[in-house]
Amino acid sequence: MWDYNEKVKEYFLNPRNAGEIPDADAVGEAGSLACGDQLKLMLKIDRATEIITDAKFQTFGCGSAIASAAALTEMIIGKPLSEAEKITNKDIVDFLGGLPVEKMHCSVMGQEALEAAINYYRGKSPEPLEERKRHIVCECFGVTDEEIIRVARDNHLTTVEDITHYTKAGGGCMSCHDKIRQILRQVTAESAEKPAAPSGVRKLTNIQKMRLIEETFEKEIRPMLRADGGDIELIDIEGNRVLVSLRGMCSSCVSASFTLKKYVEPKLREFVSPDLVIEEVKP
Amino acid sequence: MTARTVYADNNATTMVAPEVVEAMEPFFTTLYGNPSSMHLFGGQVKKHVEQAREKVAALLNADSSEIVFTSCGTESDNAAIRGVLAAYPERRHIITSRVEHPAVKNVFQYLGKNGYRVSEISVDRLGRIDLDELQEKLDTDTALVSIMWANNETGVIFPIPQIADMVHRVGAVFHTDAVQAAGKIPIDLQQIPVDLLSLSGHKLHAPKGIGVLYIRKGTHFVPYLIGGHQERGRRAGTENVPSIVGLGVACELAQQYLTEEQTRVRALVACELAQQYLTEEQTRVRALRDRLEQELTSKAIDATVNGDTENRIPNTTNISFKYIEGESILILLSEAGIAASSGSACTSGSLEPSHVLRAMGIPFTRVHGSVRFSLSRYTTDDDITYIVHHMLAIERRLREISPFGRDEIDAKQARSSH
Repeated sequence: MWDYNEKVKEYFLNPRNAGEIPDADAVGEAGSLACGDQLKLMLKIDRATEIITDAKFQTFGCGSAIASAAALTEMIIGKPLSEAEKITNKDIVDFLGGLPVEKMHCSVMGQEALEAAINYYRGKSPEPLEERKRHIVCECFGVTDEEIIRVARDNHLTTVEDITHYTKAGGGCMSCHDKIRQILRQVTAESAEKPAAPSGVRKLTNIQKMRLIEETFEKEIRPMLRADGGDIELIDIEGNRVLVSLRGMCSSCVSASFTLKKYVEPKLREFVSPDLVIEEVKP
Repeated sequence: MTARTVYADNNATTMVAPEVVEAMEPFFTTLYGNPSSMHLFGGQVKKHVEQAREKVAALLNADSSEIVFTSCGTESDNAAIRGVLAAYPERRHIITSRVEHPAVKNVFQYLGKNGYRVSEISVDRLGRIDLDELQEKLDTDTALVSIMWANNETGVIFPIPQIADMVHRVGAVFHTDAVQAAGKIPIDLQQIPVDLLSLSGHKLHAPKGIGVLYIRKGTHFVPYLIGGHQERGRRAGTENVPSIVGLGVACELAQQYLTEEQTRVRALVACELAQQYLTEEQTRVRALRDRLEQELTSKAIDATVNGDTENRIPNTTNISFKYIEGESILILLSEAGIAASSGSACTSGSLEPSHVLRAMGIPFTRVHGSVRFSLSRYTTDDDITYIVHHMLAIERRLREISPFGRDEIDAKQARSSH
């Protein structure tokens, strides 16, 4: 059985907004009966403000397909179209607190149905079938290159397996795996050209740093030290130097400096900042 | 988990019979010797292993020397297929059906990529094997044919006696995966000339981790596991004694059960009781299965049975609920404490729905909503009532939110309100 979290289960067992809007202003469909899941999304839109006033769905599909559709309707009701159209599959997954990786395509189906509905409202006709056929990469599940490129970009996907989890592409006869690899190489090359996003070291203000260090002490470090009858106190922070004093059993423990360097410092580096150095101050 | 549970997934695995558990216990505590040892600790254990071997042989009406204990059905299948091919290296063609269990299907696929010519025999809409196609494909280059006795998903039974004869006429070896048949229908290997047969303990109320490979006397076979001299050199490795003893008891119980059922049926028929639905081969489990099937198909919005209902193991029914999806059904059944399985893509672990139902040409509208209920001798009449009640409610609930077949729900409602 799939490992669904409680929120996904709740949205499947008691789906909000399941049903029909007979006089919907926008209708969008995604998926297909043959593939095992299909979603029909119906919207009521206030013409003047372009705010989505109601959304309902009908789903043929598995637990996470139903939960994703129900979540999507809840996310978009009350939102202006301009905001709703920015919703990606990742937002749906985040809203649900995560989906099993094999089920990511359910969230993509939600995004596609929403996009189709908005296009419908704006009078954009869907891509003609002939045109679409020319762009199909995976024949088994009818997935186009554009769809693969988009999920790869939005979700930072790098392997064929990822693409299969998110779009089903490549999950049937597998003959398109080479094509998918090629697309992935292109996407990766593009993103490499862009300036690398600042990574690793978070820029923290002194106050933020202090709070984070205190929190890490409380949650990660003290429980272990207390189990051995010891404790730790934060004395001061000078730049990257964290000055501490050991208490209780720790203060007389021969392996105290070992504990600080091998246990406390790595924890601080993991949870606060990788450039921190811990130092003991004798009282 | 709700208070009430109904286990209807016995083709996946079964409850270990209490008698089996009891019989196994001493082999963990006092009788822990190695059957290969020369001392008394080992000797007394060996005696029990041999008694178990006889019980297994009795269920199949085979000779105990033809029984080899393995670790599971999958090992038995692998050992049979590879063991025979190693003994007939000059023959390069192998035949199987399109609806085999992965333990056979994927081995054939592997062999196909490694120099063997593989033929896969089709099935018709009812899941019956195409014997004409088999006849066409059989040739003197054929080393081995492996075709299951009964299908795990639909329960359809293949005409094993006929197939065995056809295979032997070209001098090939016949293996059958009888994992779903053993213990559910009588198997008489004195009458039916299969050369090798696989059986799995946990499908007939023995524990997991024990299987059997039957190798008919005179069949050329190269062992798959090489090592010690256990199992007369046909499968090395220290015997899984507790499970072997347990399997012996399970086979004994299965045989008793099969005999009792048949006697009871004969008595009923002899008395010419009014229960006309009891045909000669009818059993209690079969009657429960038939009621489940009949009630679901008649009361559901749209439910149809998959497979040949004339030739089926008595515990299995595979029912397709149109326009709803199997995983959703299973989760909701599970919420009600009911265990079943499905051939939908979402439950197969891959994105493809059941290869068995697809081979039968069942349309996608029905494959994704297929549910298999498999009963056992522990299933009760109340269990069936409970399943019917919940399954009908689940179908309605999921149809309500499905974008397909809206009119049919209304039509059904109109019909039932008249």
